Amino acid sequence: MKLQGVNDFVIRFANVNGSGSASANALFAKSVFRLGVPVSPKNIFPSNIQGLPTWYEVRINEKGNLGRRGGYDVVVAMNGQTLKKDYEDLAPGGYFMYDSARQLPADFARDDITLIDMPLTQICNREFEDPKLRQLLKNIVYVGALAHLFDMEFSILTDSILSQYKKKPKLGEPNIKALELGFEYAAAHFQDTCQLKVKRSNTLTRHILMDGNTATALGALYGGATVAGWYPITPSTSVVEAFDRFTGQYRKDESGKKKVAILQAEDELTALGIALGASWNGARAFTATSGPGISLMNEFLGLAYFAEIPVVLIDVQRTGPSTGMPTRTQQSDILLCAYASHGDTRHVLLFPCDPKECFDMTADAFDLAERLQTPVIIMSDLDLGMNDHICLPPEWDDARTYDRGKVLDGNQLESLTEKWGRYLDKDGDGICYRTIPGTHPKLGSYFTRGSSHDEFAAYTEDSDTYQRIMLRLGKKWQTAKGLVPKPEIQISDAGSGYGAVFFGTSTQASREALETLRSQGIIINTMRLRGFPFQDEVREFIDRHNTVFVIEQNRDGQMRTLLINECAIRPDKLVSVTHFDGLPITAGHISASIQQILKPQTQKGGAQ
Amino acid sequence: MSSPRPGFRHPDLPKNDLGYTRRDYEGAASTLCAGCGHDSISNAIINACFELSLEPSGIAKMSGIGCSSKTPAYFLGKSHGFNSVHGRMPSIATGANMANRDLVYIGVSGDGDTASIGMGQFVHIVRRNLNMVYIVMNNGCYGLTKGQDSATADRGSAGKKGRPNPFESIDLCELAIALGAGFVARGFSGDKEQLVPLLKAAIGHRGFALVDVISPCVTFNNTAASTKSYQWVRDHMEATATFDFIPPRKEITTQYEKGTTQSVTLHDGGVVHLHKCDESIDVTRRRCAIDALEQHREKGRLLTGILHINETLKDTHEILETTETRLNTLMEKDLCPGNRVLQDMMENYR
Repeated sequence: MKLQGVNDFVIRFANVNGSGSASANALFAKSVFRLGVPVSPKNIFPSNIQGLPTWYEVRINEKGNLGRRGGYDVVVAMNGQTLKKDYEDLAPGGYFMYDSARQLPADFARDDITLIDMPLTQICNREFEDPKLRQLLKNIVYVGALAHLFDMEFSILTDSILSQYKKKPKLGEPNIKALELGFEYAAAHFQDTCQLKVKRSNTLTRHILMDGNTATALGALYGGATVAGWYPITPSTSVVEAFDRFTGQYRKDESGKKKVAILQAEDELTALGIALGASWNGARAFTATSGPGISLMNEFLGLAYFAEIPVVLIDVQRTGPSTGMPTRTQQSDILLCAYASHGDTRHVLLFPCDPKECFDMTADAFDLAERLQTPVIIMSDLDLGMNDHICLPPEWDDARTYDRGKVLDGNQLESLTEKWGRYLDKDGDGICYRTIPGTHPKLGSYFTRGSSHDEFAAYTEDSDTYQRIMLRLGKKWQTAKGLVPKPEIQISDAGSGYGAVFFGTSTQASREALETLRSQGIIINTMRLRGFPFQDEVREFIDRHNTVFVIEQNRDGQMRTLLINECAIRPDKLVSVTHFDGLPITAGHISASIQQILKPQTQKGGAQ
Repeated sequence: MSSPRPGFRHPDLPKNDLGYTRRDYEGAASTLCAGCGHDSISNAIINACFELSLEPSGIAKMSGIGCSSKTPAYFLGKSHGFNSVHGRMPSIATGANMANRDLVYIGVSGDGDTASIGMGQFVHIVRRNLNMVYIVMNNGCYGLTKGQDSATADRGSAGKKGRPNPFESIDLCELAIALGAGFVARGFSGDKEQLVPLLKAAIGHRGFALVDVISPCVTFNNTAASTKSYQWVRDHMEATATFDFIPPRKEITTQYEKGTTQSVTLHDGGVVHLHKCDESIDVTRRRCAIDALEQHREKGRLLTGILHINETLKDTHEILETTETRLNTLMEKDLCPGNRVLQDMMENYR
């Protein structure tokens, strides 16, 4: 039986890296989005520029479930290297589109799927002169064919091409032609072949389709960042590239000079050093990196913690350890970031779950870092940063001002009645008053150092003084609890003994999985973590349940460890649900894992 | 633990153009070994800044880790300072300079801090041509860990432990010239007459200015077999030229005989007049400067003075085309495009 349905399926494009497929596949996803249908594209790509297999998986789901579902119902198989596997893994009842220039080998003998043989090479060779264009337009031809198969409004696709090539309409023409060729061929040969459809919906209204790194860069633009040091590393590179683009457009003075300094550094050490030096000197500064960069930045994170220098650090996490899988996703830098560097250190973490939060949290991070005079790390990941996600548009309150924290200006320094001390806690919140170099001709200078210092920033090896400073930093950590975003808690059933904790890109799949379990009578309350340090609410949520599932994308249950450690939780109360194969977590994996865990319990006494 | 110096001062102490005395440029009392070359360099920095009438609050002191990097506590007590981590001062200085292009940045590093752990950052700050004075207090050894050879120790040179260094040394000046630095000089902590004007000229230069100062470690590397000892340096140093540094806004009164003197105008308006003793050394030419260093090295001589100068290079801000306004003074209205722009932008994502 053929799979059928409207606005609910997964299509996978199997391509060769560097063959121009990315823009064609994105055109398909964007067209679904423009029909108002919730869509979630995931680019599964190799750490390579040309020649290796790459996949683009698009989930279309009217109900708005946008995590990865797992499996696929349609495949556009354009890569000979993976053809067999792409064929075998297709869901029963699914549709297999391929380029009929080459016949399928004899062992492709499934009888539970529908073959769609498109003569893509033949069409392109016949219709286009330029051999390079022939290759690229094959991808557009299959998009045109899909539009017919799924019964999509064709004008959505052509309009997308027209707007994409607004400035170069000459380049748009062959693309439109290719779309039409594909559509017409499918209309002539595959009438009524496919029973999966994409129909215009009004589910999406104001939404945008954006990748997290772009949103993060916008957050830095709006948050007032003026200095960025960086070192190229997948998957964070596009944060600074986007920041460069945005500042090129919106940060020019009257003479065309830039109100920003972006420096590509020689390594991640320097990248963070540049951000720290600039922050110390009163500019808002940041760097973006991934796990391997964080490993190198440990040294400077310790300095920033101890010398109390604000800085914003974007960690777009990828699959570790070591070089790991550079182009695959994970949430596996949690412990590394929470306690980065030697000695007693702790760092503020923020966990965005969609591009809007990337924007909000990045802009907020600059306020938070300057208020707390410490590093703030945005824990994004490859899935969030590099894939497009549907979300509400970010908004900016024009009345908002930047919180520069406790910085003394010249007049304030002059009006002080007591001796100023850089590390003197006047307000009892653990946060001291700082000065920016050059503020006053005679007052407010001090010597910043990573060595032990007293309240007046003088070097000390006095044990009491050292302990006093360390304890005061502990007090500042308590203050941070009141400033970082609170968890989002949803109590569906006050009597349920089950809770689930998730964060970041595990959110969508977790919600869908818990919805599935709910339909089976298993009610689980939820808490989405948004920041570290953890507030009392986090502890209370865990306390009110007998068993709490901690859903995350790493092997060792790092967030579970952090919760146990920071909230003094009995370890057996927190049960790990992990997913760490490098691909985004799926709802199916989560619901199956929880069912598995609950099995012995339900046999004993039934689900609560 | 460093302690402040006594606060009294004689009313007749000479004052500079800003009305400050030399005392206004001093820092806390040094905790280095008695006779350490580094203290002489600190004093030379104090003299240079005093004589140039720099506003102390307009200077930022940057350093890494090591004996050398402690010294910023001992000079310019009214300036902000940043004692960062080992070998990483260049990156901190880069960021600081990006935030505020108007301060004078004086970086202090050592031979371990620069030529070993900080080599990566050093070569790249030269490439970026960051506007700063980068002083290496070069004693050829690791003092704080008790005298191990550093990467600038000459092959065959031996410190207190007596074992000759078996490895080739790194000449930071030659390296900096090769990397395109616009101002490279070498001084000796025991020669204040040369060092103070070298530092003044370095401050006047816009862009990266390296001043490598041979600074004997009296405790671990001042032996008869060391090429970084007071005695050896005194016996073997030669200068590219004697020179006069005329600060900006000072009238030039001396007349020099044609042909013997080369004049270079610095970015701040100051002028360096080089009186060459050796006609073959043209320090404005990079290749010639490297040749001169190599020739002296082959002869077993230490070449000092201004080794290379080029006033035509763009500094980091000019390369990046940043605004003349200090970035750390920009406010919301300068930086944030506002909600309307944001909402317009969102149309690109629909």
